[in-house]
Amino acid sequence: MKLDGSIKFQEKLIERLLFLCSLLSVFTTFGIIWVLLSESIGFFQKVSIVEFLTDTEWTPLFTNKHFGILPLLSGTFLTTVIAILVAVPFGLASAVYLSEYASAKARNIIKPLMEILAAIPTVVYGYFALLFVTPLLKMVIPSISGFSALSAGFVMGVMIIPMVSSLSEDAMHAVPSGLKEGAYALGSHKLQVAFRIVFPAALSGITAAVILAISRAIGETMIVAIAAGQQPTLTANPLVPVMTITAYIVQVSLGDTPHGTIEYKTIFVCGLSLFLLTFILNVISYKLRKHFQEVYD
Amino acid sequence: MSGETVFKIQNLNTFYGAKQILKKVNLDIPPKAVTALMGPSGCGKSTLIRCLNRMNDLVLNFRYEGDIIYKGTDLYASSVDVTELRREIGMVFQKPNPFPKSIFENIAYGLRIQGVKDRDYLSGVVEESLKRGALWEEVKERLNDSALALSGGQQQRLCIARALAVKPEVILFDEPCSALDPMATAKIEELILELKKNYTIAIVTHNTAQAARVSDFTAFLYMGDLIEFEPTGKMFTAPKDSRTEAYLTGKFG
Repeated sequence: MKLDGSIKFQEKLIERLLFLCSLLSVFTTFGIIWVLLSESIGFFQKVSIVEFLTDTEWTPLFTNKHFGILPLLSGTFLTTVIAILVAVPFGLASAVYLSEYASAKARNIIKPLMEILAAIPTVVYGYFALLFVTPLLKMVIPSISGFSALSAGFVMGVMIIPMVSSLSEDAMHAVPSGLKEGAYALGSHKLQVAFRIVFPAALSGITAAVILAISRAIGETMIVAIAAGQQPTLTANPLVPVMTITAYIVQVSLGDTPHGTIEYKTIFVCGLSLFLLTFILNVISYKLRKHFQEVYD
Repeated sequence: MSGETVFKIQNLNTFYGAKQILKKVNLDIPPKAVTALMGPSGCGKSTLIRCLNRMNDLVLNFRYEGDIIYKGTDLYASSVDVTELRREIGMVFQKPNPFPKSIFENIAYGLRIQGVKDRDYLSGVVEESLKRGALWEEVKERLNDSALALSGGQQQRLCIARALAVKPEVILFDEPCSALDPMATAKIEELILELKKNYTIAIVTHNTAQAARVSDFTAFLYMGDLIEFEPTGKMFTAPKDSRTEAYLTGKFG
């Protein structure tokens, strides 16, 4: 049967339109990368890469300007580590519970409840950290500052628990039931099946989930901007104010820094650093998940 | 039938939810022999074998009535430690299910979960089990390789060896060859005939030729009813029931 000419034309037109729509997000991504790169090149014409990577002070807005990313990196690193220390144990424990222990009924209640955690706007988490968690921590650790990496990192960890839990649970759920049956048939207890069979079999998927959560924590902005403070100090002390890369970008973007100045360009070089960090982590996570799928196909 | 009955199944009814699977099944499984549970898909043969090591406990809506007596004790009594029981009554599944670990660790798993750590002892058991599973010669050079790299037939023999490592008395085979090619099937069947000298064996199969080749006794199940249970030779030459005869001559199933 021959297709009518006009229908053929319509089909082609629709195909092209859909193709253009999909190109839109690709172009946007490349556009962002291009802007980041071109502005960063301008930055590195004035500041050497060596200074950028090794100077221990970050004071672009002061008269005595220093452009060392290390204090911002350490702030980001510190809050992220704290968040992961909270999110991984709780996230994995709840994933094991949901995948191996919970009845279908409990699961259908708990999973959506946890996903609500993920739906809370991060600005709410930020104020929750500042006005609720920090005073609470002050009762236990009196020396803690009003703004601190600990408080922000802790709340950030709570925020990403559902992400760790949900993605790890998906990975554990994908472990073939034949493996579990095999383990039970050899006289395993439930805990042994969960931790000796299901957990290791799902490990690459779980690792991918954790890396994705790390990437999310590194890129998180509102919580740290509100609760971690705005002081770029190179420190490993979680009790004092720190500044993350994201918080710096917020600070400068909100201010009245004139276009084209070196201060203005620091936003882009920070954005580029952030992009590189999360991009690398996401690629690793993607590769791990792909490897995981291959094992069980 | 020689010796003491291993499983005495009395008036067994089983249900998944509201659906009845087995209907008033009575069956005695003798020791150190191969008993085949044969029948078309959906006849309840897998359900029956999964009652014998209580794998059905893992199924949410499973319910049973009647009794299964294993060596004189009620299999489903609350005093029975089901993990202990499953060590004594091993199982090999339809699809080979090696753990994503090394060949060595697959065999050692059953002992490790019992807390055995002694490396020399484990090595000894691994070697002995692989020999009994007729796999040793093929894998002795690469015990630390992943079990997933083995062929389907080798994986199934690994699963048999893995079951043997915990020193069971009974081995249940749930259609162990349905995912294998004829060559691999022949090897497994040969192994089953070897194993029956030391173990009580029950095997689920829908394949009449397989039942004829490996079993000493055959139970024919049809739509949840046990139609007849006889020494295999007798059933295959002179079936009592017309449904058995129809199945054996390939009229259905």
